[in-house]
Amino acid sequence: MTTTTTTPPEDPPASPPALTLLFHRARANMRQYGMLIALVFLVVLFQIWTDGTLLLPNNVSNLIQQNSYILILAMGMMIVIIAGHIDLSVGSLVAFVGAMAAVLMVKHDLPWVPALLLSLLIGAVAGAWQGFFIAYLGIPSFIVTLAGMLLFRGATQIVLEGQSLAPFPDGFQDLAKGFLPEVGPYTQYHNPTLALGLCAVVLLLLREWRQRTRQLALALDVLPTGLWVARCTALTAAVVAFTLTLASFHGVPVVMLLMGGLLLILGHVMRNAVVGRHVYALGGNKAAAQLSGVKDKRITFAVFVTMGVLAALAGCVYAARLNAGTPQAGLNFELEAIAASFIGGASMSGGVGTVMGAVIGGLVLGVLNNGMSLVGIGTDYQQVIKGLVLLAAVGFDVWNKRRAGR
Amino acid sequence: MTRPVGEPLPTAGRPRPVLEMRAITKTFPGVTALCDVHLTVRAGEIHAVCGENGAGKSTLMKVLSGVYPHGSYGGEIRFEGEPVAFKDIRASEQRGIVIIHQELALVPQLSIAENIFLGNEQRSARGTIDWNATYREASRLLERVGLREKPQTPVAELGVGQQQLVEIAKALAKEVKLLILDEPTAALNDQDSAHLLELILQLRAHGVSGIVISHKLNEIRAIADSVTILRDGRTIETLTVRQATSTAPELSEERLIRGMVGRDLDHRFPDRAPYRGEDADQVALAVGGWTVRHPVDHRRTVVDQVSLTVRRGEIVGLAGLMGAGRTELAMSVFGRSYGQYVAGTVAVGGREVDTRTVPAAIAAGLAYVTEDRKRYGLNLLDTLQRNVSLASLPRMRRHDAGRRHGMRGFVDEHHERRVAEHYRTALHIKTPTVAEQVGRLSGGNQQKVVLSRWIHADPQVLILDEPTRGIDVGAKYEIYTVIGELAARGKAVLFLSSELPELLGMCDRIYTMAEGRLTGEVSRTEATQEVLMRHMTLRRTTRNGS
Ligand SMILES: Nc1ncnc2c1ncn2[C@@H]1O[C@H](COP(=O)(O)OP(=O)(O)OP(=O)(O)O)[C@@H](O)[C@H]1O
Ligand SMILES: [Mg+2]
Repeated sequence: MTTTTTTPPEDPPASPPALTLLFHRARANMRQYGMLIALVFLVVLFQIWTDGTLLLPNNVSNLIQQNSYILILAMGMMIVIIAGHIDLSVGSLVAFVGAMAAVLMVKHDLPWVPALLLSLLIGAVAGAWQGFFIAYLGIPSFIVTLAGMLLFRGATQIVLEGQSLAPFPDGFQDLAKGFLPEVGPYTQYHNPTLALGLCAVVLLLLREWRQRTRQLALALDVLPTGLWVARCTALTAAVVAFTLTLASFHGVPVVMLLMGGLLLILGHVMRNAVVGRHVYALGGNKAAAQLSGVKDKRITFAVFVTMGVLAALAGCVYAARLNAGTPQAGLNFELEAIAASFIGGASMSGGVGTVMGAVIGGLVLGVLNNGMSLVGIGTDYQQVIKGLVLLAAVGFDVWNKRRAGR
Repeated sequence: MTRPVGEPLPTAGRPRPVLEMRAITKTFPGVTALCDVHLTVRAGEIHAVCGENGAGKSTLMKVLSGVYPHGSYGGEIRFEGEPVAFKDIRASEQRGIVIIHQELALVPQLSIAENIFLGNEQRSARGTIDWNATYREASRLLERVGLREKPQTPVAELGVGQQQLVEIAKALAKEVKLLILDEPTAALNDQDSAHLLELILQLRAHGVSGIVISHKLNEIRAIADSVTILRDGRTIETLTVRQATSTAPELSEERLIRGMVGRDLDHRFPDRAPYRGEDADQVALAVGGWTVRHPVDHRRTVVDQVSLTVRRGEIVGLAGLMGAGRTELAMSVFGRSYGQYVAGTVAVGGREVDTRTVPAAIAAGLAYVTEDRKRYGLNLLDTLQRNVSLASLPRMRRHDAGRRHGMRGFVDEHHERRVAEHYRTALHIKTPTVAEQVGRLSGGNQQKVVLSRWIHADPQVLILDEPTRGIDVGAKYEIYTVIGELAARGKAVLFLSSELPELLGMCDRIYTMAEGRLTGEVSRTEATQEVLMRHMTLRRTTRNGS
């Protein structure tokens, strides 16, 4: 539709130059870009400090496996925080699901696949339980999940009778410790990993190219060609370097495939699916979302079920890593996940953040942990430093917003 | 009566300037909101600031009051003859500059008295709050602003107009010398507005100078002594309002508009093309016997047996004073979003439809554009693009040559962005990109975003609740044009407004409401402000119908 005025409007609002646009986009995601830069900075710092140990292939594998469960939790926590809620129960839920998995496999000798599926179901039910109170009865999530935190921790101890249960079948342990099996002739590298890396590069470039042609076809403004090529090159280089690193050790960890899949799916859903958009709308302004036809109760419920399933998955991965279901599992995991989300760009008020941001935030914490351990900083100082990093990340964001004029 | 920008006014015979803002420049990343702006306010005058949406009026006032601290802008501010550099609002308040923002800033849970003295508490010798003094002083201030309420009443129980008065009482408690009001009457009905304007004039008589931002030109002419016009972040001119002399005629609204828009606006309302579809006479919306109770106080009937119809291609007005129940009616019809439903039916296109939930109402072809965009309309943290698309996400799938593909339930961001770009240009939303956070747009531009969302939802029936609130004259014209075009395409429009001229200019028929009931139905030809006012003030004794 067009609008007409008595005299034609002087000039149609001119499209600002591409760089201004770029700048605006970047500013909208300031915290995330900032954290990406911080992550790169940390990696370089510790790489130098540890004389190159940080990025040795075996340490990279280790880093991924060590942080996998926190990253999985952080992805879910990010969604919960975007929806304007919080979930304090995930650490206890990790322990509870780990315990249930142990009971199923160790006590009842259930094969690991059905046991895993059952565990995820338990997570979904736990999420639904909390989601019901939050979405349909309107009890604040802080309270409901605080109750859940106590409840699931207690239930864990009851189920395990205060003791650890072990060991798990090998297949289950592979969830946390396994790698993609090697196939094909001996090269210096792990073949399937190389193949996967190649696929990733091709898909990535294909996607970039398709997006660009679509944008051009729709006469939307795009990145200047030079910058775009630079962007593609950088992305490719990053993927290639990462692939080669992993391929020169045991290859891709199983849990990384899991996380990669989750990141792609959850990221896509949050960004492009109608439900995902509704989560943002709900967290940003509940009343406005309701008046725009967002089914707020259903969405909130779904968010907590998702969180429950992800917590269950994290619980299984953690139990598999320990090779035991223990009553003390998952202590303070909720705090790590929440910290990762805020470092990665979530806002106290909800409505902003991305799943990718949560992963970046989680990696910042992970690299800090790993790097500081490698250089021999004690856990006491590690905690202090992580606390300061959280404060600095959020503080920087607040300062940045204030500087931009509130 | 015009003067070159930036030069001092001839001082002979005029009071000294109380405030001088010189060469003020304020930039946000990517946007220059103010560029070399000059503003001089003389002692004891009411100075109006006007200009289009996004011209920089609110920003200028935020610079003045220290919301944007000294150092974050360029230029110089002199108050009472000395240069000042405020680092925050408190600093400016200490000098007697008090701003009342476009969005009211009271704490709803606190009482009137507590709000008045918030941050400025009446203390006893021991440092605790002296409640006696607080209530005594509050009563005195309430009397001064003409608000007959107990100081203990929670602010949440007050209407917008009364809250506005509390804001002013709060300003008076701070020994205000220069009172800044950013669109004070935008949310008020005529009565409350008149009262507020009267109060501002009274304060002037007591030596309080004022800066008033308003899009209502008749108000500016009624109370202001001079007007500064901003356009695109620059001072265009400062005009004197009163004293028509032999050389200079009285300032006309047309003259003001020319300054603001930079061109003449021949008509305030566009010519409307009638809808010529085959089903032109079909009733698109029929509400029957709609009755709603107050959400908390179930004994109070807020909407009482209202029945009305809107035909396709018709624009029907709904007039009423504050509290007449217009918004309540609209919101409860739209998915029962207000109050407790008692009885009533809704039919769209002749078929009775389920409007029990908002999604159902949307599916039935209804859309409701809220009067309170901050509370019920926008996600201020999110981008313009996502705010526009929110109500039509399922349709934001990939389009090529009119054909839709792409996965169900997923949004094609490119298509979404194009839609947003379309509305940005079509409605002249002032921002460089659709990726801008809506919270950073000026008030009027935010309103256009809400409107875009619902136009794009492509409903059969569009309920507009004060769609031009806080919108400048030029943009109003654009919005009227859009509304006219929607009607010409066969949409039914129910137009709720407190501005009678707007209803008279746009509507085919106008219903009036008072105390929750329909009190009249007036056709375009019979309608005048007087007729409408009479119906709007009808008391309980009269039954439905004119
Ligand atoms: N915090 C901010 N960040 C970025 N841009 C901003 C910010 N605040 C205001 N702007 C921009 O500055 C310009 C002036 O805005 P301002 O709110 O002063 O307009 P206004 O004259 O008060 O308009 P209205 O009549 O619609 O209230 C607008 O283009 C707006 O988008
Ligand atoms: Mg404004």
